[in-house]
Formats: sequence, C-alpha cells, structure tokens
Amino acid sequence: MQLSGADITLRCLAEEGVEYIFGYPGGAVLYIYDEIFKQDKVKHILVRHEQAAVHAADGYARSSGRPGVALVTSGPGVTNAVTGIATAYMDSIPLVIISGQVPTRAIGLDAFQEVDTVGITRPCVKHNFLVKDVAELATTIKKAFYVATSGRPGPVLVDIPKDVSAQLTEYSYPKSVTMRSYNPVTKGHAGQIKKAVQMLLEARRPMIYAGGGVVLGEASPQLTELVRLTGYPCTNTLMGLGCYPATDRQFVGMLGMHGTYEANLAMQGCDVLLAVGARFDDRVIGNPEHFYQPGRRIIHIDIDPSSISKRVKVDVPIVGNIADVVDEMLRQLRASEARPDAAALAAWWAQIEEWRKRDCLRYDRSSELIKPQSVVEALYRVTNGDAIITSDVGQHQMWAAQYYKFDKPRRWLNSGGLGTMGFGLPAAMGAQFAFRDATVACVTGEASIQMCIQELSTCKQYHLPVKIVNLNNRYLGMVRQWQELQHGNRYSESYMEALPDFVKLAEAYGHVGMRIERPADVEGALREAFALKDRTVFLDFMTDQAENVFPMVPGGKGLTEMILGSEDL
Amino acid sequence: MSQRHILSLLMENEAGALSRVAGLFSARAYNIESLTVAPTEDPTLSRMTIVTLGSDDVIEQITKQLNKLIEVVKVFDLNEGRHIERELMLVKVRAEGKDREEIKRTADIFRGRVIDVTDRIYTIELTGTRDKLDAFLEAIGNAQILETVRTGASGIGRGEWILRV
Repeated sequence: MQLSGADITLRCLAEEGVEYIFGYPGGAVLYIYDEIFKQDKVKHILVRHEQAAVHAADGYARSSGRPGVALVTSGPGVTNAVTGIATAYMDSIPLVIISGQVPTRAIGLDAFQEVDTVGITRPCVKHNFLVKDVAELATTIKKAFYVATSGRPGPVLVDIPKDVSAQLTEYSYPKSVTMRSYNPVTKGHAGQIKKAVQMLLEARRPMIYAGGGVVLGEASPQLTELVRLTGYPCTNTLMGLGCYPATDRQFVGMLGMHGTYEANLAMQGCDVLLAVGARFDDRVIGNPEHFYQPGRRIIHIDIDPSSISKRVKVDVPIVGNIADVVDEMLRQLRASEARPDAAALAAWWAQIEEWRKRDCLRYDRSSELIKPQSVVEALYRVTNGDAIITSDVGQHQMWAAQYYKFDKPRRWLNSGGLGTMGFGLPAAMGAQFAFRDATVACVTGEASIQMCIQELSTCKQYHLPVKIVNLNNRYLGMVRQWQELQHGNRYSESYMEALPDFVKLAEAYGHVGMRIERPADVEGALREAFALKDRTVFLDFMTDQAENVFPMVPGGKGLTEMILGSEDL
Repeated sequence: MSQRHILSLLMENEAGALSRVAGLFSARAYNIESLTVAPTEDPTLSRMTIVTLGSDDVIEQITKQLNKLIEVVKVFDLNEGRHIERELMLVKVRAEGKDREEIKRTADIFRGRVIDVTDRIYTIELTGTRDKLDAFLEAIGNAQILETVRTGASGIGRGEWILRV
C-alpha cells in the first residue's frame, strides 16, 4: 500500500511505542499534523514554545528512560528548539526530534522559514538526517531511534522537507537496522575489569564516584550492590544523584563546586578512585592540575571512550555498558579470596566521619526570613522524599540537589551540562506525562521560571498537577553570589526588578497561586499545595535575599580550596 | 609536545559527512594543517586524510571524537606505522629570459613536470612530501612564483598495512 511520508512518520512513531509527541505546528509540518489528526495511537501535546517541546520530551525521557519525541516546524521552530536539543545533548538524553523543512526544490533558495537545520543542529546532536527521498524515511526514523538510545544516548534529529511528507511510497517498518559505521561497545574488556577489581581490593583509602552514566545505563542496582559489598564511600555528581541512595550512611553527599566537605576531601584524598559513568567535569573536580595527586590510581568505567582521559589521565580505563561491567566486577569480587584491608578502611571511614562532623550543609534555622534550604527540606518531608523534582539553573538548583535526598534514580531532573534556565517547568510537564500519578515538583527561581513561564498555559490545557516551588529572592541569585565573591559586590544587572505578581499570574492561567512570606508558613503551604492533587500550584516563597550556596569551590580552584560559609570569606 | 600526525579515515560517502569532520575540528579547537577527501574504489566510501598537530593526549581525543561521528567507519593514525605521504602541487612561475632555463633545470632536479607553457610562464606539476614541495618553492624563490595550488597530504600505509572495511 502506498502511504504518504507524513502517514509513515506517524506509523513509525507508533511502531517505536511512542506515547507522546511534544510539538508545535507550522507550515512545513502541516502534512504531519494532518496525520496526527487522523490517528489515535500517538498523542500530541501542544506546548507554547518549541524550546519547551524539547525540554518536555527531555523530562519525559529522563524520568522514564524511554526516548522523548518532539516535533517542530522549519526555521524559527527549529531555532527555538536548539536550546532544548543542546540541553539534551550535554546530558546525553535520548530524544528524537522531527523537524519540518521547506520543500526540497526550495532548499538553499532562502525560502520562507528556511534554515539550515542539519547545519545549525550538527554540533549539538548525536546525529542528524535530512530525508530527501520518501523511500528512505522509515529506515531513517528507525536509525534515529537506534542511534538516540544505544551507546552513549543523545538527541537525534530527522529533518523532513514538506514535499517528502506529502509524497507516497510503499511502507514497511524495518525490525532492526545495522550501520557499519556505528557499533557501540557494550562488553567491557575482561582483562581491564580484572585489573580494576584487584586495584579496588588493594585500596586503603577508596572512593566511588558515580555520575549520570549510572542513571542512563540503568546501573543503579549494580552500583549500589558494589558500594555495599565493598563498604567503600560513595559520592554522586549532580547528574548522578539518586543512583545511590542519599539517605544511606555510605553516601557522603554530592561532590564538586557545591559538593559536601566530606565528598570533596575524600575525592581528593583517596588512593584508589573508581569513576563510574562520570566525566571529571570542571564543575566536579575544579582545576585538573590541582586535582592531580601522585600515587592516586583511577579506574574509569564509561560507555564513551572519548570521556576517558579527556580532562584527567586514568590508570585503568574500561569502556562498556556500566551495568554489565559492574556485574562482572561483582562476580569477581565475590569469587576472590582477597579482602580489603579492614583496618585501613576503618581508619579512612574515621577520617571521613571527622570531615562529616563539619556539618557543611548547616544553615541558620532560627532566621526570621525564609531560608531557601528550609523550603527544600520541607518539600522533602511533605513529599516523603518520593517526588520527581525538576529544577532550573542557579542557586535553587544547588539547594535542591543538596537538601532533597534522592534515594532513587530518575527522580532528579536538571540541566547539569548546558545549565539551561527555563528547563524546569517543561521538564516537569514531561515527567508528569510519563507518570500521571506521580508527585512532580519544579524547584525554581523567579528569574528561571520566567524563561518558560508560558508553559503554565500547557499545564492548564492538560490538567498537569505540577507544583512550582519558586525560591524568590529577587535576584539572579547565582550571578549575585559570584558578583559578591569575585566582583567586589558590584551587582551588575542581577537584580530582578519589576517582577510580576506570581500569585495573580498563576490565577490568570487558571491555576492556584500562593505567596509564602514567613518561615512558619512554609511547610503548611506545601502540604496544602500537594493536597491539591489535580491542580497546578505556584508557590511563591519570598526567601532570604542574601543567602548563598555553600560549600563553594570558586571557579578555577581545587576541591580542597572550598569556602564553607560566609565566615570563611 | 605537539607532533604532526596523519590521520586516515574511511567514511560514508554521504552529503554532510565532510562538514561533520570539519565542524568537529573547529568546535573542539583542534588544529587542521590539511584535509583531503575523495571517494574510493567502493563508491559508498570516502577516504579522508587529515594532517593535524597535537600532543599525544590531543591526538588520542581527536581519534576518539572522530570515531564517535556516526558516518566515520574507521580511523587510523598513520604515524603508528610505516607509511608513505604524498602531496600534489601545481605552481605557476614566471619564466623569462635567463630564468627560463634555470627554472626548467630546477623542476627536473625535483622531478617536476612542466604541464603548461607560455612564452612568459611555466606551470609545473610536482608530487612529493610536504618538505620536498616546500624545498622546491624555496629553490624557485618567491619573486618568480605567481600562483600555487596544493592538495594537502594523502597518506597510505606501507606494505601489507591496508585500511579498508
């Protein structure tokens, strides 16, 4: 049977088990939208801006582990989507983005709403395709899903010219595709794994450092078992939070620029470091020259060989699927007669506990102002630590990461790599679509939330009971903090003037708005909001304007050069 | 320590593949001294030779990043084995009066061939390593050179060392 390109597109998505497309129509995708209208297998979610379409697909993917799908039109549809695509690329999130393109005969002629989509998105996608022949459409979409979800995941874009979506061809969806140029490694090298196990057993001051790769690789059970079996301390990166339970004693907190004192010192002071699905990012280890310690040996497990020895030279690289590699390590550890030196390990733990006693995340709990940290702690209590939390970017993001104790993976969704303000609300929508009954909250600030505030309208249309926890300090808080610490308190353009009345704004969109101004009202307001199971609620917390995020490793410094609080300044 | 490396790539002969490689080098601030590309005996494949400069760490990253590109089938660092490198140059030189004979002799010494002639100009074709082509230009002297076109290096492994899918 002859089908149109548009019809084929929808059938392919249905074959891939796609539940939702997040999108926005326009001229170049009209045939595809016409097919959306005619079918009922794949539901389309109409956002209010293409950036939000991609973030929502991203939130869906991060929370569920399934690829997210976005659909945008040519030209401005694509350029608006680029921020979302780059966000997903930096955090290795599997997405398939379908974009419309001007008809093939018009490409290159500066047609209306034409942009070189493949060229513009090339540096921020895992791969992209321009489909010039409708006969190749189905195979291309199959490849897009395969590339997006295998190996180190990432966004893949399929650009479909308008005439291709209208043309007819025979349709059959390939069951699988093979690509001679793309064969991601899965099994780790046996010899390397053996070396790693031996090195781990010889450690006297071991440290396990786990990142977003553990979440993406669904390797949280294996990692948790490894940490428990060895009795070694474990830290998570911002992207890895939840891959090891934060409430467990062996968890020493997040590490990095705003990591805990104990995590950063253990990271610097260990003699054997096992890095799992993490990439020694500048926000994690600070200055690589300062991070270097002679005598410390590093084992690095990652599915992407280019992540290994990029910023930090490692001794035992293992390229492979994390779950499989760690499974094999567990098998060998159990089979081995050797045991770690118990006395050395006990001394190491005693040292870590000593560091932990600094209680680096303490803050003034008796303040008459609402401390932002206390809001996150109350959020944790009210949601029983079981919510999906998204965030935007800035101080609120760090407080959410520090004070909400994530015990499970895929509960903490944030733009760690690109640092995209505006991510939080649409990502929360995507997560709410993935889990209709889950409690989903977006921890944000008054600056970030305004970067995708239009999505309150989408929340209304689809009755998404997302709770927005706005830590409103009337500043671009993180910018203000850096200006305070490094630019002589010159608060250049970091004050948020002329803010809207968020309560009225929420109400204008048909939601519930609440303003909270006293510490005593924080928890009650949250309880009231989360009791409204079927409503979007905007909680505007008027927080202490002067509060800063600590500990802090200033930019370019080393992990041991932390500022622990304002008393250190 | 920065060193000159010749990387050989086999990649899908598809529109846009070249821009992915070129884009990777500029995005990651890698150095390109020259880049050549053309289809192979298998029309679905292109062979690319990239001459780049970098420390061992940088070259390792370049190789890994190239391998990550979906359309790249294979990457070899020719510096890892014995190899041959050639570059083709077309050079137009002023050849008048007493210089005319001398230029012809110099071209002969470098095994160049005169491929086009006017009463004022020789166009010379010369093949060799980068060094040899540089030496020829030096021998002719800047004053005589009107135009040069160089292809950039192509490289191939010696003997049984074969790069194919």
